[in-house]
Order: sequence, then structure tokens, then C-alpha cells
Amino acid sequence: MLLKRRQLAGALLCTAAGGATAFYVHAPAVAAGTADAPARRLSVQARKFDFAPKEIRVTKGERVTIVLTSPDFVHGFSVPDFNVRADGIPGKTIEVTFIADKAGKFIFLCDNFCGEDHDKMTGWLIVTET
Amino acid sequence: MDDKNYSRRDFMAMAGVGGLVFASGLPGCASTGAGGQGDFSFVQLTDIHWGYGNPKVNPDTRGTLTKALAAVNAMEQKPDFVVFTGDLTQTTDDPKVRRQRLREFQDMSRSLNVPVRYFAGEHDASLDRGEAYLEVFGAQLNYTFEHKGILFIVLDNVSDPAPILGAKQIAWLKDDLTKQRADQPIVVLTHRPLFSMYPQWDWATRDGQQAIDLLMPFKNVTVFYGHVHHEHHHNTGHIQHHASKAVMFPLSPVGSMANKTQLPWEAAQPYKGLGWRSVRATSSGGSQHMREHDIG
Repeated sequence: MLLKRRQLAGALLCTAAGGATAFYVHAPAVAAGTADAPARRLSVQARKFDFAPKEIRVTKGERVTIVLTSPDFVHGFSVPDFNVRADGIPGKTIEVTFIADKAGKFIFLCDNFCGEDHDKMTGWLIVTET
Repeated sequence: MDDKNYSRRDFMAMAGVGGLVFASGLPGCASTGAGGQGDFSFVQLTDIHWGYGNPKVNPDTRGTLTKALAAVNAMEQKPDFVVFTGDLTQTTDDPKVRRQRLREFQDMSRSLNVPVRYFAGEHDASLDRGEAYLEVFGAQLNYTFEHKGILFIVLDNVSDPAPILGAKQIAWLKDDLTKQRADQPIVVLTHRPLFSMYPQWDWATRDGQQAIDLLMPFKNVTVFYGHVHHEHHHNTGHIQHHASKAVMFPLSPVGSMANKTQLPWEAAQPYKGLGWRSVRATSSGGSQHMREHDIG
């Protein structure tokens, strides 16, 4: 999927090319020289009531693109510690790009209430120093 | 309710303006400022989760609500009303069961001997955008009412699966507030925290700050909410936000664990962490006093 992107005061505005669905994600300001660096693409599927994978490992400073699919509900994909979130739209592939600019273990979760086991829809973004 | 269970933090006084003041823990503190003609009290019961069924967390799911209702009915000074601040039922993907739980809860709540107000939590309303809730309770998801000089505003941040108020409701709030005097005392009742309490556990309202901004010109605003299943107090500027304990099960205090966790039942201390709240208010809004009640 092609992605149109323009930077707005620290936020990345992303639009699914050719689609009627637009979404936005707040992300840390992109450091000079890294904004156009190739992103590591990681597929994530959100489905009642789990993420696959449940653990995402990246390296600090890495530019990451989450390629999100969500076949059964408009699940949220939210990494609050990076101000990153997007809605997974059934039938579409949604991409969200950010820079993992701090090391640690950070929760990601579905933040759209999706059913009986909604609270179980969590995973971990692990950002290592090297 | 049993007085012997009161902790030192059970009694709190809060100034209407300028943040919380924690009282000494003496029962007498709860009555400070009361006695005027316009004084009244109300009760907040929240997160009933009728239909919840994990005996390791609460083996007395039916009895817990009964105990809370009986305690309210036994209050020496009857509150003017009780408000249930959402998550009346445990969510279910089955629309028939959802309606059944809502009706059962409604029947239970009718044992209260004072007027009752309700609004929905995400467990009641998110999966069908409030359809079943409205069918059973026949009211609005967001509404206002006035009681003895205080404007109560019920905000719905649950009927959209996304935790939002939405542009339409924010416009409604803005329109309503433009009609109010700057010194109008306001109590906001809502389910989720309006402020960004801890989005890592889905404890936030994404556009809640817009509501807070609209309320900021009013000098006397207090928000009572549920959702987080433990007592919590926070200020955004001069606006106070108070979460009550839940009736059905307690959750780990904010940020205390990696994951949000339902706390297990302790046989030695049954109903630990469960409770409800009474609030004594003055019509001037100049002072309000909260009291946290244990169940058991």
C-alpha cells in the first residue's frame, strides 16, 4: 500500500492510498536525517481477542512501520508511550510509522472496546539498546 | 456497611475551590459544612458488572450488590438520590444476554428507597452503541439535571467503542455551558476518566481534554467517575476528578503492575477493595464532602 505522508507539528498524517479511510497518528518528531530512512516493516494482526505477534522487538533509534490488519473489528493499535495509535479497518491494511527513540518494554493495546475479552488484547513492544 | 471497617482515608473533605483537603479521619469531619437548607447528599455506586463470574476475584457476585444496596437503604441520613456511574453489567457479545443482565440489574436497583439515576459504561453500551441500554432504561446516554442549585452533567464516553465523547456531544456540552453563570456549581458524572489517567490501561477519554477546557471557566467543577475500580483523586487545574471503588471487583492501582489486573479475593478480608461513595454537597457548591464506604 502506498502511503502519503506529511509532517504536521510532530505528528505524522498518514492516509491509506486510494482508500476512503484516513487515520492519523501522533508520533515523536522525526529527527533530521532519519525521517526518510527505510523503515523496518512489521506485520501485526489484531483479532478478537489477541494480537499476533504479542511481542515486537526493535532496536532503539529504528524507524518502524507497523503493517496492521484487523479482520473482525475496528481494533485499536495503541502504544501510548510513543503516542502512536491507529485503527485497524477490516478489509484494509493500515500502516503506522514511528521511531523507537527510547529503550524499554512498552505495552501496546487495543483501545477500542471490542468485546468480552477486550482487556486481554495487549502486547509488548520491546526496544533494546542494540 | 460497618463503621469498624473505615480506614483513616475513608473520610475526606474537599474544598469546592482549590483542591483536595484530606480530613483527619474522624467521622465528625464528614459533616463539616453541612446543615444549610440547600445541603444534600447523594450516593455514587459504580462498576456493578452484573453477570460477572470469576469466583477467584469475587465468589459472592450476587450478594455484593445486595449488600451495597442494603447499606445505602440503611443510611441514617437518606441521600437525595443514588447515581450509578456505569458498567451496570458485565459485557457480553450476546445481545439477548446483555438485555437480560440490564433488566436484572434494573430490578435489583429498584430496591433502593431513594430516587435513582443511571448511565452506561462501556460494558453496557459500547458493543451496540447503547441500543440495549436505551431500550431498558429509556433515557439519554448524556443528559443534565439540576438539583438544589447544582448542575449535574452526565457525559457519555462509552457508547462509541473508541473512548471518546465525540464532536456532537462536545458541541452539546459547549452549548449548554454557554447558558450557565460563571459561578454555577457543576458536577460532572461520567464513566471513564476525562483526563489522560493511564492510556496504557485504556484509562482515558481521547477527547476528554476538550470537555475539561470547556469546563475550565467555571470555578466550581467536580467530576465523579468510575471505570478504574479503585479510589483515585486528581486535579486538572482547579477541576477535581474522583474515581470511586467498584462494587463488583477491584483493579490494581494505576500503574502498579505491568498489566491491569483484577485483584484476587482475600478470604481473610472478604470484599476488600470494594465499596461505594457518599457525597454531601451544598447548593452553593462552596464545599463538598466525600465519604468512602466499604462493602461487607
